[in-house]
Amino acid sequence: MLLITCPFCGPRPELEFGYAGEAHVVRAQDPREVSDLQWTEYLYQRSNVRGVHAERWRHAHGCAQFFNALRDTTTDHFVATYRIGEPRPDAAVEAGR
Amino acid sequence: MQRFSAFALVKHALSGHQRWQPQWRDATPKPAYDAVIVGGGGHGLGAAYYLAKEHGLRNIAVLEKGWIGGGNTGRNTTIIRSNYLFDESAALYDHALKLWEGLSQDINYNVMFSQRGVLMLAHNVHDEQSFKRHIHANRLNGVDNEWLTPAQAKEFCPPLNISSNMRHPVLGAALQRRAGTARHDAVAWGYARAADALGVDIIQNCEVTAIHRDAFGHVSGVATSRGEIATRKIGVSAAGNSSVMMGMAGLRMPLESFPLQALVSEPIKPIFPCVVMSNTIHAYMSQSDKGELVIGAGTDAYTSYTQRGALHISAHTLEAICELFPDFRRMRMLRNWGGIVDVTPDRSPIIAKTPVPGLYVNCGWGTGGFKATPGAAHLFAWTIARDEPHAINAPFNLERFARGMLIDEAAAAAVAH
Ligand SMILES: Cc1cc2nc3c(=O)[nH]c(=O)nc-3n(C[C@H](O)[C@H](O)[C@H](O)COP(=O)(O)OP(=O)(O)OC[C@H]3O[C@@H](n4cnc5c(N)ncnc54)[C@H](O)[C@@H]3O)c2cc1C
Ligand SMILES: [Zn+2]
Repeated sequence: MLLITCPFCGPRPELEFGYAGEAHVVRAQDPREVSDLQWTEYLYQRSNVRGVHAERWRHAHGCAQFFNALRDTTTDHFVATYRIGEPRPDAAVEAGR
Repeated sequence: MQRFSAFALVKHALSGHQRWQPQWRDATPKPAYDAVIVGGGGHGLGAAYYLAKEHGLRNIAVLEKGWIGGGNTGRNTTIIRSNYLFDESAALYDHALKLWEGLSQDINYNVMFSQRGVLMLAHNVHDEQSFKRHIHANRLNGVDNEWLTPAQAKEFCPPLNISSNMRHPVLGAALQRRAGTARHDAVAWGYARAADALGVDIIQNCEVTAIHRDAFGHVSGVATSRGEIATRKIGVSAAGNSSVMMGMAGLRMPLESFPLQALVSEPIKPIFPCVVMSNTIHAYMSQSDKGELVIGAGTDAYTSYTQRGALHISAHTLEAICELFPDFRRMRMLRNWGGIVDVTPDRSPIIAKTPVPGLYVNCGWGTGGFKATPGAAHLFAWTIARDEPHAINAPFNLERFARGMLIDEAAAAAVAH
């Protein structure tokens, strides 16, 4: 089981969390303006990174907040967790190397 | 190729079984091939076999980064069935089931295909309605599937608990009698041996690290851990690593890769005559010919390439098994492991041409592609050889996501399958 650091509550066991998919997938402001291909990209295409992946988690059985995380999908090691709206902390990735 | 037969067995017994030949050559990569398959699982090896046998392409190679069958082919719980809801899926999976029925003869290798029947348990009204709808749709498509009452289900599978005191009581079951299991390793080895006999190079420990393209964008070769290989046709059949492979040609895929786990018990005498699946409480079980109970769990929640999963996922499955089959409560589990499954948004696979000329992909089989191995391999070979899909795999293209033509088995079953 993973130990995940909620940016609001601190380290907690994986069982308290829900996974919510790839982070930074932005919905078009006006879906009527985008092409089918752009809409497909938003709905279905995922980067499915083998390496450091930006993803959303929710501390469902805790503070109930959504937050973002960087996790290495080759080891499941969490590189960083950060709040929604904050930029992807790639410095943490470099430091972890 | 040394053919296997009762006579060969007797003959080799006389020489103390010292004179069997290796089943395939340990090939080293040539500088160029007419076609290259990336991924030595059952799907990739089978595709090479059908390319050689049915399409006359013999100067071809299968490139496998580890050992053949070391991916999901050798990690799965080997459930084979074809009772899918939609017409497109029924045609695809039943095509595979029919090939399974003659496979051991075709490749002269005992893949231990056993049509022992797959029982899918219904635990609530939704399950019952959805399974009955499947049964009717299957019948219209000529695919066998029938409804059993709890008592009939228990007759078919005596260890099953049908008490009404269960947390999720068994309300009935759908049974496909033609469904069953096969020996996973034998499928990889049998296809490798048969392909090798037709001249296909099976190259292990050979990881593809780049896809090259010429000035017109057509594929021109691959870079591998064992050197450069020129080719004008590349078939990617890399399961959990499909997004990574397709990324080498600049393509983004509608795929996510998740760990899926399985475990086996200590071996016991034959007690479990069929396969039982319970999608609602996430447990799948059969008994191997070695005597081990083979148990499949659900996927982990998050994407990963680690080939292992969390303990609480398999613990959850074991709780369900203990409830369904109280006889097994005190058994010990011997081993557990994980594989990485590539899941599409509609839980249907992709067997198709891609926007890159000369590049073909067979992926998205997710948690349920072993059952399709001969069918997928056969259709993928057709698509690569003719540069166009067979009628059966035509709907399973990449464009369906943009066109809204999903084959939504995910919504039909409401769970992974
Ligand atoms: C635990 C578990 C249980 C399952 N249970 C069932 C079941 O009961 N019934 C069912 O129908 N399906 C089941 N499945 C799904 C099934 O195993 C797969 O869909 C199927 O085996 C996929 O076959 P494949 O040949 O495409 O993939 P694989 O056997 O995974 O082959 C892909 C190969 O590609 C190789 N590869 C990847 N990247 C590269 C590279 N860059 N260069 C060279 N080679 C590369 C890999 O090493 C691998 O050997 C299960 C899966 C798992 C993990
Ligand atoms: Zn929290």
